[in-house]
Amino acid sequence: MASRAPTLAADLSLRGRPAARSLWSEAFRRFRRHRLATFGAVVLLFMVVAVLVGPFVYRVPIDEIDFKAKLQGPSWAHPLGTDDLGQDLLARILYGGRISLAVGIAAMLIAVTIGVSVGAAAGHFGGTTDHTLMRLTDLFLSLPQLPLLLLIVYLFRDALKKVLGPEAGIFIMIVVVIGGLRWMPVARLVRAQFLSLREKEFVEAARSLGAPALRQVARHILPNALGPVIVAGTIDVAAAIIAESSLSFLGLGFPPDIPTWGRILFDAKDNLDFAPHWAVFPGTAIFLTVLSINYIGDGLRDALDPRKVLGQ
Amino acid sequence: MFKYVIRRLLIAVPVLAGISLVLFTILALAPGDPFEELATNPNVPREVAQALRKQFGLDDPVMVRYVRWFGSMAQGDWGFSFVSRVNVSTLILQRLPTSLFVLGTAQLLGILIALPIGTLSAVRPYSLFDQVATTLAFVGFSLPTFFTGILFILFFSIYLDWLPFIYRAAIGAACWRWWWERARQAIMPVAVLGLFQGAALTRFVRSAVLEVIRLDYINTARAKGLSERVTVVKHAVRNALIPVVTLVALQIPTIFTGAVITEQIFRVPGIGSLLISSILANDTPVIMAITFVFSGLVVLFNLLADILYGWLDPRITYR
Repeated sequence: MASRAPTLAADLSLRGRPAARSLWSEAFRRFRRHRLATFGAVVLLFMVVAVLVGPFVYRVPIDEIDFKAKLQGPSWAHPLGTDDLGQDLLARILYGGRISLAVGIAAMLIAVTIGVSVGAAAGHFGGTTDHTLMRLTDLFLSLPQLPLLLLIVYLFRDALKKVLGPEAGIFIMIVVVIGGLRWMPVARLVRAQFLSLREKEFVEAARSLGAPALRQVARHILPNALGPVIVAGTIDVAAAIIAESSLSFLGLGFPPDIPTWGRILFDAKDNLDFAPHWAVFPGTAIFLTVLSINYIGDGLRDALDPRKVLGQ
Repeated sequence: MFKYVIRRLLIAVPVLAGISLVLFTILALAPGDPFEELATNPNVPREVAQALRKQFGLDDPVMVRYVRWFGSMAQGDWGFSFVSRVNVSTLILQRLPTSLFVLGTAQLLGILIALPIGTLSAVRPYSLFDQVATTLAFVGFSLPTFFTGILFILFFSIYLDWLPFIYRAAIGAACWRWWWERARQAIMPVAVLGLFQGAALTRFVRSAVLEVIRLDYINTARAKGLSERVTVVKHAVRNALIPVVTLVALQIPTIFTGAVITEQIFRVPGIGSLLISSILANDTPVIMAITFVFSGLVVLFNLLADILYGWLDPRITYR
């Protein structure tokens, strides 16, 4: 049985069109058709390369204090101007971008991991497990995120600083809390996918061939539920970046010596009348990143929707 | 209908209890001690501190403490602010109206923007209007409120010098002038929040109307000879609103996030800025109470959405 399946698939694709495309290249083709999503991908790629490579090319220290050059607008010496201590803003934004993007990606990974586990458990086991987990999801959905985030940061900040040091401690706490408060949509999505996929013939076939539960889930159900999860994960990166920036903007995120984009905005907001550039550049960086991620999510939604595969 | 409302109310109680359990667990897990200041303060004798700990039951088992805490929260005894030296409930009741005013107006503005624009977009999908509106909506909800707030201050307060960027609770003016000043200072916070909400809502409204407008009964309405206006407003939009109401309710926690930030930017004396200042001042009872109030509001609005949902969708039976 198993050896015949590939030949049958090959037959079908040969009949369909001359060159068979893999699932992913097909998705990529559809993604590229979404012009704004492609544009978003280019902008995001530019941002990622800039924050990863930028500090090696643009070798200005982020914490060099120079009071003679304080609060200057953009110039050749300081392409994006300086802040109230005369520190170079371009260097700080490039460095801060690393943290902001890292927070976004790490928090997304946590949210997706929890979400997939909870959703898979609820969808697979059903019954009481399902009921309990879904009530838990509903409960988490009605928690107000930012106030709770603030409460947790307030209560655990000092203890974690002591144990892990200021940078790692705050980073881990922020990532875990943001991720831990954003898994619910993924859990609901995965559960819904499980409920419908569980009854599909190919899963039934695997089951009747004696595949153990874990294999059914990992090899047959999860890969088919991946599309919506990828889309939700993409949007989560943007949401996590905004959450981190909000925290830092309120002065309760990273300490001042770690200039994330939100933190730079926090420092800049009291000097708006004589140094607008200080706030505008990091704000634009956040905006462009979030906008391009959202567009990428939109493009992926179109590209990964299996219903559209049949349509085109 | 009455039974349905009662049932919904009864479901809200365990949710509130669950939220309070989560909050209390966080507090109980947290290192440190609300009486740390007393313990380290040399002016407070050790015996007094011990007696206080005993009086407040800090040495009791966690479950006992939770039940007692929940009991007193439910009775309206929310504790005493360490910093302001007044009851937490008084402090919050002072601030809550301002917050609700700004939030409510902003939400109303968001709905007023989203409904017509989303509907028009969906009626003529992929037209120029739709493309402009969709793009603007995308930009709108990708702009974080803290950045929009800063841009508004830069443009309207500093560059044009039209609007004040600090919100004052007490205005030293009389009669119509008082109302004018009040409205003027509320414009920016309300606009920042409202535009953000409106942008997110526009997308919901558009996709909901788009889903409905292709259905057969809309064609029937048109075939009957109803005008386009009546078809769209009475037949399409009313049905499209059903999923939108749920989405609006799910958005409520996000609105509070925006509210905390806008209140902080424009120094609106609401509970959001009270939360921030309490965190900076280590005022634990106030922080706990405000987080609880926010959760309570979320549950309340979800409840309202449920009831509205029942009213909008006759297919839901009130049982």
